Amino acid sequence: MSEYQMNEKHAGMALDRGVQGVLGQPISRIDGLAKVTGTATYGLEHRIDNLAYGVAITAPIGKGRVTAIDTEAARRMPGVIDIIAGEASIPRETPVFGQKSAHGYDGKVESYGEIVGVAIADCFEAARAAAMAVVVTCVAEPGRFDIRDGEADAESPPEGALLPDTVIGDIDKAMGEAEVTLDVTYTTPPQVHAAMEPHGTIASWEGDRLTIRAPVQIVGGAIPVIAATLGIVAENIRVLTPYIGGGFGGKTMSADIILAAVAAKRTGRTVKVPLSRQQIFHVTYGRSDTIQRVRLGADRAGKLSAVGQDSLVGQKAGASQFFEPVALGAVALYAGANRSFTTRTAQVNLTARGPVRAPGEAVGMIGMECAMDEMAAKLGLDPIAFRKANEPEVDPSTGSPFSSRRLIECYDEGARRFGWADRRKRREGDWLIGHGMATASRVNFLAKSAARVRLGADGRALIETDMTDLGTGTYTILAQVAGESLGLPIGSVDVHLGDSDFPTGAGSGGSFGAASSASSVALACEDVVVELARRMGADPADMTLKDGHAISGNRRVSLAELVGGSPIEGMGTIQPGSTGQAFSQSTHGAHFAEIGVNAVTGEIRVRRMLAVFDCGRVLNHKTARSQAIGGMIWGIGYALHEHAVVDTRTGAYVNRDLAEYHVPTNADVPQIEAYFVEEIDRHANPVGAKGLGEAGISGAAAVVANAIHDACGVRVRDFPITADKLLEGLPPV
Amino acid sequence: MRTFDYARADTPEAAVAGFAQTGTRFIAGGTNLLDLMKLQIETPTRLVDISRLPLADIEEREDGGLTIGALVPNSDLAADKRVIAKYEMLSRALLAGASGQLRNKATTGGNLLQRTRCNYFYDTAAPCNKRAPGTGCAAIGGFNRIMAVLGTSDHCIASHPSDMAVAMRALDATLVTLRAEGGQRRIPIAEFHLPPGDTPHIETVLQPGELITHIELPPPPAGRQIYRKVRDRASYAFALVSVAGAVSVEDGRIASATLAFGGLGVMPWRDPAVERALIGQAPGSPAFEAAADALLAPAKGHGSNDFKIPLARRTLISCLRHLTGTSL
Amino acid sequence: MRFTINGRSYELDPDIRTSLLDLLREHLDLTGSKKGCDHGQCGACTILVNGRRINSCLTLAVMHQDDDITTIEGIGTPENPHPMQQAFVRHDGYQCGYCTPGQICSAVGMLDEVAKGWPSHVTADLGAVELDEAEISERMSGNLCRCSAYPGIVDAIGDVAGAKP
Repeated sequence: MSEYQMNEKHAGMALDRGVQGVLGQPISRIDGLAKVTGTATYGLEHRIDNLAYGVAITAPIGKGRVTAIDTEAARRMPGVIDIIAGEASIPRETPVFGQKSAHGYDGKVESYGEIVGVAIADCFEAARAAAMAVVVTCVAEPGRFDIRDGEADAESPPEGALLPDTVIGDIDKAMGEAEVTLDVTYTTPPQVHAAMEPHGTIASWEGDRLTIRAPVQIVGGAIPVIAATLGIVAENIRVLTPYIGGGFGGKTMSADIILAAVAAKRTGRTVKVPLSRQQIFHVTYGRSDTIQRVRLGADRAGKLSAVGQDSLVGQKAGASQFFEPVALGAVALYAGANRSFTTRTAQVNLTARGPVRAPGEAVGMIGMECAMDEMAAKLGLDPIAFRKANEPEVDPSTGSPFSSRRLIECYDEGARRFGWADRRKRREGDWLIGHGMATASRVNFLAKSAARVRLGADGRALIETDMTDLGTGTYTILAQVAGESLGLPIGSVDVHLGDSDFPTGAGSGGSFGAASSASSVALACEDVVVELARRMGADPADMTLKDGHAISGNRRVSLAELVGGSPIEGMGTIQPGSTGQAFSQSTHGAHFAEIGVNAVTGEIRVRRMLAVFDCGRVLNHKTARSQAIGGMIWGIGYALHEHAVVDTRTGAYVNRDLAEYHVPTNADVPQIEAYFVEEIDRHANPVGAKGLGEAGISGAAAVVANAIHDACGVRVRDFPITADKLLEGLPPV
Repeated sequence: MRTFDYARADTPEAAVAGFAQTGTRFIAGGTNLLDLMKLQIETPTRLVDISRLPLADIEEREDGGLTIGALVPNSDLAADKRVIAKYEMLSRALLAGASGQLRNKATTGGNLLQRTRCNYFYDTAAPCNKRAPGTGCAAIGGFNRIMAVLGTSDHCIASHPSDMAVAMRALDATLVTLRAEGGQRRIPIAEFHLPPGDTPHIETVLQPGELITHIELPPPPAGRQIYRKVRDRASYAFALVSVAGAVSVEDGRIASATLAFGGLGVMPWRDPAVERALIGQAPGSPAFEAAADALLAPAKGHGSNDFKIPLARRTLISCLRHLTGTSL
Repeated sequence: MRFTINGRSYELDPDIRTSLLDLLREHLDLTGSKKGCDHGQCGACTILVNGRRINSCLTLAVMHQDDDITTIEGIGTPENPHPMQQAFVRHDGYQCGYCTPGQICSAVGMLDEVAKGWPSHVTADLGAVELDEAEISERMSGNLCRCSAYPGIVDAIGDVAGAKP
């Protein structure tokens, strides 16, 4: 049992001594063939006989009371087994990250589309029709359907918040004294995860034991919420989630898990509850809209004396203490003695606000990085030079040293690869072409994570953890870590994930998954290596492991032989520790883009996009590149498309489907490039990797916006930047 | 989705005969009807499957036009060599619509009957005179970015979503139908769609049980053709504004012009005043501005769709420059 | 009802309202075809019917009794993958994998459309189709990928098709 708490740099592990040469390699995903042949099994695809189907019944008001639920007609429909409605067992919505249990039905409605019941039938078609045949009568009351409605009594961050307010010096005074200032307000709209796999659950009971098959990002986090909501003990819950069709923060928990469990208990059947795409918009938490006041003050040379980003966000009344931590990326980014990074959370009657890919940075870096671009122009400085002039030695908000920070290299490498110095603003036919750059910064986390590694008599290693793979590449990188540590080719490592019977992993979220789970696997391998060394009669440090053999002195013995009849098992657990506070930890990067704006219509096309990231050690260059590019394309969506529009008369999302909630299509995206400057960050975690899944989106929308401004001269501060917002500034036709 | 009876028709005559009871709908590609049935916006009690009827051919007509079977998939129509050669705007309109998968299923006849994408039409909890006559219009005073600015009424401002129908309108297509009681009817496309007025639920002149069997295209218009679509994504999105048109120039004057518009109107939009403003004029800004004025004089924004008016002006003028080879 | 799927015959009697996609996923255990939106807005359900790519969510099963239906399971298997499936693995043309079977069926159908000379929205001369990255992107835009593996998808398809960059 190897446990390690991250209070100091790890002294070095078998992983560091490894000579197999698989870690970091651009190996194709080991789960790839399962995915491309359709044999990977997602939440609703487990084969179970005699299933019943449940479909959620929802209330069509944004605030008020349910006065009647008429199930008579629905109950009489063919194939209907039962309608459970208007009972306290029905979860009103998905609990937000940080919420201990789901709110049960109590007749009140606090946001549009809350669940009031579930229709259960022998087939999906009958359940869907029955759910729609239930008549839910409501009395609507006035609600707060805009965060501005809640500005007056908005709340400051609670004790222990991820992003407490940071106020240093006197920003008002500094702004008054600065030679050049910028004081602008950026707004970003509500956004949703829109993972391709909709939420849905298959629940089955055997006596007191409940089995949940559903996409769940963080198994160890969801189980206590399920247990508390259902009033059962956590030990009686098994969650299976081997493949997840995208999560992006939206699958930490889901109301359908509770609905399916309640329906299965009541009917004695195994029940499948899929949420419809339209329901997901209202039932699952999303990202808050933000109003960000960004203030910058500098001398004429561009040295910042004032840096501020003060924001208003929203949260559903009574949902959770979670709030969109807008300034998370900016708080440690630029030097400047007078600082203000604060967040106020308005209580509103809108679908709860929770984590969506890169909470904070995804939208906060829009305001900060666009403002930096505006300020550079005001100062007459190149935007890279302006940023370099304000590169801090230590974290400017806490004074802590950085665990690693190679942002300057990212600027230089990115500028070189992009051809920044040779960029040329121009018109080609109807297209106005411009360029921009922006900084990426995403805070780095470590989460407690455990894994078991078992070396079998066949010389193969088996990794088991309830860690998940949302598409991030977990299966593959964990095999690479074990392969490197144990001297095994990648094909000799099996990885089993997403089963709560396995040791509790970090789960996927906050970009901590890869580093945390990889550290736990590396630690588990330490146990295995110590035992192999004992059997070899060697010191672990003097033993080389390669191609399934242990080599010590002039002896080379196959691992299968060393295992013999006694498989070797290791358990690794990583715990976060004091380095999390002692060092300021972030992934950094630099984005570059070339954009075309149609001079007639204002249509926008991303022509080129390139970024360089400092993300610590790269565990797999192929999957890391995909993670980075994926994030950057989210940035395109945030810049140009995504806006979950609230009808402020009702609190409903107006565009609640994928035809009208636009995410980028293939045609919106060029052949994006992503590169890495690598450094093993020993202060971050034992494997030295920093988070990457969310770094790509940080600053990515801003770079698009900055290039649009360069192309056509229009600075849009209200996102997304759609054609209509450019029209007035375009040349005459 | 409510349950329904299902019958497959083997001949057009059998199809219309099978339409006896109320609540019957024809289904061909189904890409729009099933979308709406899943949300119970459409609740037919009987579906007559016409997808196997022999109406999927494209034939040349003696006058130089084409006769297009109502069941010709959008993909096939777009890729047809004769359409590409003579009716490029139609091919381009089709290719600008939906996705490859949808175009493979959606039919020519069905596309003309495509229903609006109005967000509130799609929300069965919202008032909507088109979906539930007499309940009101939530789009007026609501989020109406995608709604119409031309031809609206106090009862409905929903826009027509089709690209293909816009080109058909510019090309003066004629619909040929088989009536429920037997016998053909020929309906010029100009007379096919109906403005909302106070009956926005009635969208075309088709009578119950009347089946579109063919679409006839007259010989192509003179001059260069265009289909220009402006939308919020590069692909797979409905038009904010689109222009289908053909303009010919002779002796330095515009000799003929046909222009129709998508995204702007409650139906595929064509206004003779636009063409009148152009014909006989020298190509150039004065004529183009006059055409835009003629198009947009009756336009009315409802807040979030106000931008469509300047966007349409700019797009139309740019298209006219392209069609006449006139630079700025 | 009788269906022919991946060369195999099936006879069963589902609810008349069953979509072709739900027939595959809920009745025949062919769960490779995915449900992403159920309204033809994402492309995850793309399959080939008589060789053409369509959204299986937006059509009724009952309407396809005489058709030749190919799903991802009929394109290739882990033991014997199709070149397109291999290319998606090689180029990391996916992440979560949920849209992937639809992307691959769509790509196979799309290349057949190109072979027939069908133009696209971005084809300059409608009579002369030449496959390049812009053509692939446009033609694949009916398949959303929220993980945003589009560059890898384009590379994978270009690799199989021998397309120009």
